[in-house]
Amino acid sequence: MKKVLLLLSALLLLVPGAFAQEMEHEPWACPEGYEGQTLSIFNWSTYIAEDTVPNFEAACGVTVNYDIYESNEAMLARIRQGNPGYDIIVPSGGTVQRMAEEMLLIPLDMAMIPNAANVIPDLLGAAYDPDNMYSLPYQWGTVGVGYRTEVFPDGINSWDQVWEHDGPVAWLDDRQTMLGIAHLFLDNDPNTTDADEINAARDYLIEKGGNVVTVAADDGQVLLERGDVDIAIEYNGDILQISWDCECDDYAYAIPEEGSNVWIDNLSIPVDAPNPELAMVFIDYILDAKVGADLTNYIWYASPNQASIESGYIDEDILNDPAIFPPAEQVAKLFAVIDVGAEAEELINNAWDELLIFLGQ
Amino acid sequence: MSSRWRRIRETGFFLALPTTAWLALFFVLPLAIVLFVSFMSRGRGGVAELPFTLEHYQRSFGIFSIILWRSIRLAALTTVICLLLGYPLAFFISTRRRRLARHISLFLVILPFWTNFLIRTYSWRILLGEAGLINGFLLHLGLIGEPLSLLNTQFAVLIGLVYGFLPFMVLPIYASVERFNFRYVDAAQDLGANDARTFLRVVLPLTMPGVLAGCALVFIPSVGAFVTPDLLGGTKGLMIGNLINNQFGGSGNMPLGSALSIVMMAVVMLSLLVYVFGNRRERG
Repeated sequence: MKKVLLLLSALLLLVPGAFAQEMEHEPWACPEGYEGQTLSIFNWSTYIAEDTVPNFEAACGVTVNYDIYESNEAMLARIRQGNPGYDIIVPSGGTVQRMAEEMLLIPLDMAMIPNAANVIPDLLGAAYDPDNMYSLPYQWGTVGVGYRTEVFPDGINSWDQVWEHDGPVAWLDDRQTMLGIAHLFLDNDPNTTDADEINAARDYLIEKGGNVVTVAADDGQVLLERGDVDIAIEYNGDILQISWDCECDDYAYAIPEEGSNVWIDNLSIPVDAPNPELAMVFIDYILDAKVGADLTNYIWYASPNQASIESGYIDEDILNDPAIFPPAEQVAKLFAVIDVGAEAEELINNAWDELLIFLGQ
Repeated sequence: MSSRWRRIRETGFFLALPTTAWLALFFVLPLAIVLFVSFMSRGRGGVAELPFTLEHYQRSFGIFSIILWRSIRLAALTTVICLLLGYPLAFFISTRRRRLARHISLFLVILPFWTNFLIRTYSWRILLGEAGLINGFLLHLGLIGEPLSLLNTQFAVLIGLVYGFLPFMVLPIYASVERFNFRYVDAAQDLGANDARTFLRVVLPLTMPGVLAGCALVFIPSVGAFVTPDLLGGTKGLMIGNLINNQFGGSGNMPLGSALSIVMMAVVMLSLLVYVFGNRRERG
């Protein structure tokens, strides 16, 4: 965890130097020999640019099947039950580690992914995959609070404002993150494996969850947009996407001062993938400077791609946005979710089921 | 009857053979597997492994029973509301003199099925939301001062279930009422029964097979409803179907999911027994 914080702090130093003039860039070229093949992608919802997949299909002459999921756990369950035919998945750090341990991932062939060199060096070799045998970063971001500025004209800076709000609130169906936030208040390690501590975090959330109308499956921003909730705990980019869509100041994103979750999502290839070669070509494509920048410009998450940042392809608005690249003092309070092992996983899953049962009482 | 048809009538078991084989392979066998798995331990990754345990049934009847009861209550309420709405409607349709009127009415009852159930349920989210059409309308009329919390409640789930399953109540009752011979009504009234008595002692008992079939067709899928509470219920309208789904998804606990399914099936089975015995009494 310390290591993740350190490397993210280091990341911030890179950003100011990022506004170099736009360089000449060769468009990404697809290697020969993949025409007519098929690639199946399993990605988070609202997590890709409109043209990312069509451009890849055109460049390689292939067909892409695109399917979405709402949580690491949901994706993991599908792959554990036997890969239904996906070539690309996008697990967060802790999930990469868990899947690697369970031998659910195929090692990457770096010779096929020259654009891996574009990744910010500090984001490589993370603790969850020290040699990047199974994963390369896709985007990184945080969990925080999306809120209606009309309801909170002075903003939100504490989780207590979320717990105490007299109005509808949506939580995020991300169990390790939500319990981790409770652990911050209980002075526990956010990744604790202790049964009593996990149950205490569950009870803390049940106590604070009286205003929660739904535990949203990665669509809290939609509820916020439609006016069904005043606050949605969500991934930062999802909230920024709706602000960008409406071109208005009706919604804002904040990381409460007590701290929150920071994550790195990764491109990986699940075991029994029908077309792992084309999957590696796709990973190389995503890590291209221009493709990566276009992606980030559309989904408003932080790019792990140094070439994208330095080339000037990424909008300055994004590089300057503290909701995407948080300031150092905020980063110091963020925790990453790690693989807690099978026993704690079961404790957490039981606690989460119990929380869902009692939240609605 | 020709001899060929008589033979078919007497030894026609082969007519049921394809379905029997299909059900044995894709219903009985999987059900046996679910039952088996429900007694196994949760292994790494949520898959079933030995040794056998009753743990999952203990949990099912433990805190999960809160949601199980809620599901039964919501399904029962759905059934009652569907019956109260559906019986008069079915009665109205089947007593139309003109055949065309009956057919058009029936067509209108079935019409909603032409649209995907998921889309119709999603639409309720837009209608019931804080800034939704219903709240907007009531606010506009000045009937309410601030938006009502309609979405993400048990009320919303109830609306969604009644809306979704009403046709399943109307159709069997329609069939029953259509076969009903109205001379019985004349007979009852000639013998001095008033309207209420005629209905309760003559019409209702004779159309009871349709009522019971309708109730079973509404209650059984309502108990296990998944999409409706998922989209409309939020935290307060969570039903057992959602928790079962969780065990095969995010919470990764197939044995617990299997045990919950078996318990839910037992509930449905009990209600079917009520149906069968109710029917037998009517005939006997």
